[in-house]
Parts: sequence; C-alpha cells; structure tokens
Amino acid sequence: MEDILPVYLPIANLSVNGFLIVLLGAVTGVLSGLFGVGGGFLTTPLLIFYGIPPTVAAASASTQVTGASVSGVLAHSRRGGVDYRMGAVTVGGGIFGAIIGAVLFRLLQAVGQIDIVINILYVMMLGAIGGLMLQEALVTMRSGGETTRKVRKRRHHPVIAALPMRWRFYRSGLYISPLAPFFLGFIVGILTMLMGVGGGFILVPAMLYILGMSGNVVVGTSLFQILFVTMATTMMHALTTQAVDIVLAGLLLLGSVIGAQFGTQIAMKAKPEVLRFVLAAIVLAVALRMLVGLAVQPDEIFTVAPL
Amino acid sequence: MRALLVLFAAFFLMGQRDAILVPAVSQDEVQVRQGFTGTELLLYGAILDPRGQRGGAEYDIVVVLKGATEPITIREKDRIGGVWMNAQSSDFRSAPSFFAVAASRPVEEIVDERTAAIYELGTEFIQLSPTGQIDPEKQARFAAGLVDLRQRLGLYNEDMSGVTINEQVLYQARIQLPSNVITGEYTAETFAIFDGRVIASAIAEVEVRKVGFERLVEVFSQRFALLYGLLAVGLSVSMGWIAGRLFAMI
Repeated sequence: MEDILPVYLPIANLSVNGFLIVLLGAVTGVLSGLFGVGGGFLTTPLLIFYGIPPTVAAASASTQVTGASVSGVLAHSRRGGVDYRMGAVTVGGGIFGAIIGAVLFRLLQAVGQIDIVINILYVMMLGAIGGLMLQEALVTMRSGGETTRKVRKRRHHPVIAALPMRWRFYRSGLYISPLAPFFLGFIVGILTMLMGVGGGFILVPAMLYILGMSGNVVVGTSLFQILFVTMATTMMHALTTQAVDIVLAGLLLLGSVIGAQFGTQIAMKAKPEVLRFVLAAIVLAVALRMLVGLAVQPDEIFTVAPL
Repeated sequence: MRALLVLFAAFFLMGQRDAILVPAVSQDEVQVRQGFTGTELLLYGAILDPRGQRGGAEYDIVVVLKGATEPITIREKDRIGGVWMNAQSSDFRSAPSFFAVAASRPVEEIVDERTAAIYELGTEFIQLSPTGQIDPEKQARFAAGLVDLRQRLGLYNEDMSGVTINEQVLYQARIQLPSNVITGEYTAETFAIFDGRVIASAIAEVEVRKVGFERLVEVFSQRFALLYGLLAVGLSVSMGWIAGRLFAMI
C-alpha cells in the first residue's frame, strides 16, 4: 500500500501512502464545500485510525481546515455574507478559548486522559448535532420537499436578552450583548484546540437557533470565525505541542482545496434537504463508530507516553 | 554487573578458547529522507579462532540491535462505567525505542534463562528499569504490554532463525528497520556463544538520522516554532486562496 506514493512525514515520524492522504483531504474538502463545515471532524479520527499520533493528527487537521475555509470566506464576503463585527467578537472568544484549550490539553495529557476526553466529546457533539440534523432533514423531506421550512421566529434565546451591554450587529439583524457570541466563540475555541475541528457544525446551529442571527450571514460568519481560530490553533500547536506536520498538512490541503471547489459545484445542484440528510448520516456514523470504540474492549489496552 | 561478568568470562576463557569476533554493519548510517519506507540492515562478520580449529566448534551467534532508550509511562486501559479508559500506569526509566534480536537458533536452545537475561537476548529480557513502587507482577504485565504494542508497530521483534553461519566462520543477520523508527544512535551487539556461554562479544554502532528536507523541517519546527507556525498558516491560506482563484477562472 505504501508503495503507491510513499511520503515520509518528518514530524509524525513515519511513512504514509501520500495518495491516500490526498484522497482523505479531497473527501473532507468536498464535505466542506457541500455543507460549509470544515471537515475536521472526519480528518482527525481517520488520521488517528491510519496510525498518525493523535496530537499530530489534531494539530495538522486544524491547519487543513484553515485552507479549506479560505475560499469559502472569500466567496461569502463578496456577496456580503459575513458580519465582520459579529465575526470579530466570536474570533476574540475563540482565540481565548484556544488558549484555555491548550492548557486543558496539557493538563489532560499529563494525567493520561486526553484521548478519552476527545472521544467522549466527539460522541456527544456529533451524536447530538447529527441527531438534530437528521430529524430536521427527515421532517423537511416528508413535507414534500418544500424548501420553505417552518417560519422561524427571528428571536434569540431568552438568556441572551438578559445579558448586559448591548451592541448592534447590523448584518445579523441583532441588538444583543457581545458577551453571548464571545462565549459561543470561546466554547468553540476550546473544542477546536482539543478535537482538531473547526467547529462549524456547532457554530452554525448555535448562531441560528441560540443567537438568532439572520440566515444569510450565518455560514459566512461561521467560516470567518473558523478561519481565524484555526489559524490561532495552528500557532498554538506550533508553539506548545510542536506537533504540526507541514508535510501532512500540505498533502491534506492539496486534496481539500480542490475537493472544496467540487463540493461547492455539487452544492449548487443538489437539493438542500438531501444534502442535510447525507451530512447527518455521515456525522451519526462517525459518532456511532466512536461510541463502539469506547464500549468494546480495544485490541490493544496499553499505550506509551514519554515521561 | 554485566561489565563484570563479561570481564570474568574473558578472564576465565583466556588462553583456552580465545575466539575473536569481527563484526561489521552494511551501513553505519541510516538516512531518513523523503520517500524513506524503512530499510534492512545487514549485520555480518567473522568468528576467528586463533588456533585455527573450527570444525569442532559449533558457535551460535545472537545479534541484538537496540535504539536509544527513553523514560516512558505505560498506561493500561480498563473498563470503568462501561467505557474503556486509562486506569493504571507504570513508569520505566529505560525503554529502548527499537529492539530486535536475531539468532542462529532459538535462544532458549543456546543459553539458559539467566544468561539470556544478563545479555538481554530476547524481548522478554529487555532491561526497562521500572521506577516507583516495586510490584513485580504488575511490572511484568506492563512490560509484556509494551513489548506487544511495539511488536505490532514493528519496533520490537525476535527472529530466531535470522542469523546464518557459514563454515562456522562467517555469519550474517538481516534486521528490518520500519519507517517509523526513532532517530538516534543504535547499537548492534553481537554475541558468539559456545556451550551455553558467551565467549566473545562485539559492538557496532549505527546512526539513524534525518537528512535534507526532513531534518530541516524537524529542526525548524523546534528552534523557530513561531516562524514555523506562521509558515504553516501561510501555506494553508495561500493554497486555499489559489485554489479558489483557479476554479473561479474555469
């Protein structure tokens, strides 16, 4: 297998099949183009499954997500789909979250429980989000494929309204406290650092249903946040864990930037509810696979860490 | 302890069977560069008997190739609340990053267990130097776990027919280094064994190191972490941007 295109990864310290890695990047790229998610939720577990050390996988996957979200941000900003003010606040929270995430990462690594925390987070997050999306997709599909979903009342969560200090976010059509998006960005920042994901699959629903942002700026703004927070995460990993493998990231990027363009093209032709159904199924499948991994006795119960 | 024994053996054997071992390695440096998928080391040499008698002496040869040692923690998963998670752990001060044994016959047929333990002639005899509370049973379990784990990665292995001896003079052993070897100084110890005793031993060194671009990347990521991070970010942003522009033109 390694004979096809052997590539030696200098940080991960092993030789991989370069073709397979590019292919993996392409698959996640198509997903990101299709659904506006970074695809990190797929890359990190698959890289670990392939034998890449978990820290290197998470660090390099976040580098890849940066590249995959660049073209998305550009496209959305051209048509005015990015609320920069909202984006800046969530990025601020996200960078703060990434710093806290780095501290947590160190702490959990020291007590040997980083892997289990990452796995449980994955199962919980992906399970919940995948379930919600599947439910919504099924409801839409059953209602005869009408694209008009039940008219959402553009109101945010009552807790948000109770927060002090209100700012105007014109493009989002909101007059709320910046603390709410800051906190949201913070949570996503922690997850980005721990799980090596962009967090788009959490940000998009949260921006829609909790903050109540207007739908046409949600995807662009969340991509904007992901772009800057994954940049910060890459820097954080480069400075603390030193686990960013630039060769691995380059291979993943090569596949994902091309895949993302194809994904965007497909997205324009396919029915949105079918897309959502497929994404929900993929997310649930990953969650289920990880749940099985937690419950079944692993093939190898010993792990080694340098002292 | 080991040095003393070797000295003792040398003293004891002097004059009667003063065999000399002349070892060599196919390469004294393994270069890890782009496209490295592992390599095969050929360890060969000759056993010289000054008295010129070789017909009667059926030597056995055991070769041990060892990577640099490092202190490690081994963790064991256990089922807690229905979930498999790390529970107990044990620390070892000197776990070799690589360990391979090749012998002309199964080691247990060549020497007794005590001798095998002294010279580390097998994965179960690796001297890991456990630290912390001394609980032999637990340490043995963790040591076996480490060996099993690293065997799966191709980093520890035993080949009990990996040495061939020609005319009781020339021997050669082949040891595979997989692509995931850790760089550093490797020592290849060769033991000539006769009648259950080690009668001669010799050490050769092999350096496994990254060269060229691979070395550059590693050093760069450690010494200039900030620049390296900026470079990684720059690479991803520019690749994403270029791809977006290219496809926009099509």
